[in-house]
Amino acid sequence: MLQVSIYRYNPESDDKPYMQDFQLDTGGKDIMVLDVLEQLKAQDTTISYRRSCREGVCGSDGLNMNGKNGLACITPLSATVKNNKLVIRPLPGLPVIRDLVVDMGMFYSQYEKVQPYLQNDTPAPAIERLQSPEDRAKLDGLYECILCACCSTSCPSFWWNPDRFIGPAGLLQSYRFLADSRDTVTEERLAKLDDPFSVFRCHGIQNCVNVCPKGLNPTRAIGHIRNMLVARAT
Amino acid sequence: MVTAATSYGRSGVADWIAQRVSGIILLAYFLFIGYVLLSGVDYASWKALFAQTWVKIFSLMAVLSLAAHAWIGLWSVLTDYLTERMMGTTGNVLRLVLQVLIGITLFVYVVWTVQILWGY
Repeated sequence: MLQVSIYRYNPESDDKPYMQDFQLDTGGKDIMVLDVLEQLKAQDTTISYRRSCREGVCGSDGLNMNGKNGLACITPLSATVKNNKLVIRPLPGLPVIRDLVVDMGMFYSQYEKVQPYLQNDTPAPAIERLQSPEDRAKLDGLYECILCACCSTSCPSFWWNPDRFIGPAGLLQSYRFLADSRDTVTEERLAKLDDPFSVFRCHGIQNCVNVCPKGLNPTRAIGHIRNMLVARAT
Repeated sequence: MVTAATSYGRSGVADWIAQRVSGIILLAYFLFIGYVLLSGVDYASWKALFAQTWVKIFSLMAVLSLAAHAWIGLWSVLTDYLTERMMGTTGNVLRLVLQVLIGITLFVYVVWTVQILWGY
């Protein structure tokens, strides 16, 4: 029997959060953590969590499993369970709405700050803006982000300053547009980042790299942004 | 753009560069002092060492680097843990008081260093 401990909090009925223990017979199968939650929800329908695609594409079920952030749908028990125990908590650092559901507002407002869309003030060509395969290759490892927030909520700098530090997810997207040959507002983008918080609160501890379910490297992207800022200012 | 009036250089890039350059100077200075100490010193050789102008300049540079380095580093720590978001207005008051204390301490160290280096 797998011992599962789940963070529970219903602001309408609970004074404070608590951990609820469950036992689950997995039949010896190496199922995903999301499957565990689904089976427990069949026992106790009040357990709340977000989920959608169940295959690591939508980014809805970012959770903290045995102390490490990840997507429950693509995390097999064998990758996280030790001593037959599984502790599931909401993503750290964001306000809890209920049980494992967090308020992603601060995460999204940081994402919004980096203007995550292509900006080009030159006249639009008849068909499309062309990009060489080499320039397109620069976006690999940047565009794949699904905004699950596993990285930003594993980052202590984001925990302490979620209102001022953009965080690894936002900065990865920031660099995705700074690196895009079709984007023409690079200078304006950099000007908005040249303060002691937005980018420079990153101290390079790479928690983000450690947890990214898509295998991306926000720390490297942040390093590129920092080099662009230093080159621009010196 | 987040504003930060109490940071060392008012800009992220300026602070970042100052932190790296001052770190390198401090490393060089401590390696130098460590080498001198390990080679064995007595009062006379220590006094002769610091009688040279380049050692005085190097030492002053190291202390100024220490002041800048400590200001940037402790400012980062304070703005992580003592903030309005975490503690309400108390956070701001506490942080400003501590920053002033840190500033005074570093200023005293700099003046004291000048006195030591050129006073004997």
